[in-house]
Amino acid sequence: MPVIPINYYIFLSLALFTIGIVGVLTRRNAIIIFMCIELMLNAVNVLLVAFSKMHHVAAFAADRATTVGTEAQLFVFFIMVVAAAEVTVGLAIIVMLYRNIHSVDINFLNRLKH
Amino acid sequence: MHINEILFWFLTALALFSAMMVVFSKNPVHSVLWLIMVFMAITGHYIIMNAQFLAIVNMIVYAGAIMVLFLFVIMFMNLNAESEPQKSKWMKFAAVLSGGSLMLILIAALKDNDGFISSMRGEGSIGLIKNLGKVLFTDYVVPFEISSILFLSAMVGAVVLGKKESSTIVS
Repeated sequence: MPVIPINYYIFLSLALFTIGIVGVLTRRNAIIIFMCIELMLNAVNVLLVAFSKMHHVAAFAADRATTVGTEAQLFVFFIMVVAAAEVTVGLAIIVMLYRNIHSVDINFLNRLKH
Repeated sequence: MHINEILFWFLTALALFSAMMVVFSKNPVHSVLWLIMVFMAITGHYIIMNAQFLAIVNMIVYAGAIMVLFLFVIMFMNLNAESEPQKSKWMKFAAVLSGGSLMLILIAALKDNDGFISSMRGEGSIGLIKNLGKVLFTDYVVPFEISSILFLSAMVGAVVLGKKESSTIVS
């Protein structure tokens, strides 16, 4: 019976999340920053599914008909739904931005400072 | 080594490498393609964990719909590697340093646990459509309907933001 420790999934998720954060901090292209936010959302999704499975494996040993862990997977489903809506509006905002300042460089977005 | 462990390590390496390429590739189109690779690797992880419905949804919604939307917007804007703005070296160094220290702290905080994921025969039916659909349409039917309203408002918002007249109003 193959056993994968939950730590491996935690480390994978943390690494993906950190790569997303580094991407947000280092890049200046608004679209790349948006993609890095998607990467962070997906890291969280992987962790939620892994915890759901871990919880289910622990409960399954006692009761073979258990459905423990379903909620986390539905949570991931709702995260995907919200992410899809967020991408729609965000890309519309970026397109509008490009139409106005003819660039997607976020360093041009400092008008609130002046 | 069992096939699940081999697949786990392969998909993990693929996901991390592709995620790094998303951040470090100069051309935005290449970034989108690498992000699709990340989503495929994550879909493979879902399949290993027997979350089959989420695997399919991840594939169709993320790698299919959302990434096509990104590609469409990038091609619409005619971005390429030459017009790509760059931050200074010190800013990049500081960003990597702060991200690395965040990861170090989180690993130090979370490493002490002994949970595991195993794949026994005949187990793991929670990720199947039958179970998820039953729970979604009984216990979670109100959030489901609210999310449809969210989609409608997002659609209306995108149309309002993307209309040609809005640019003259803003500028």
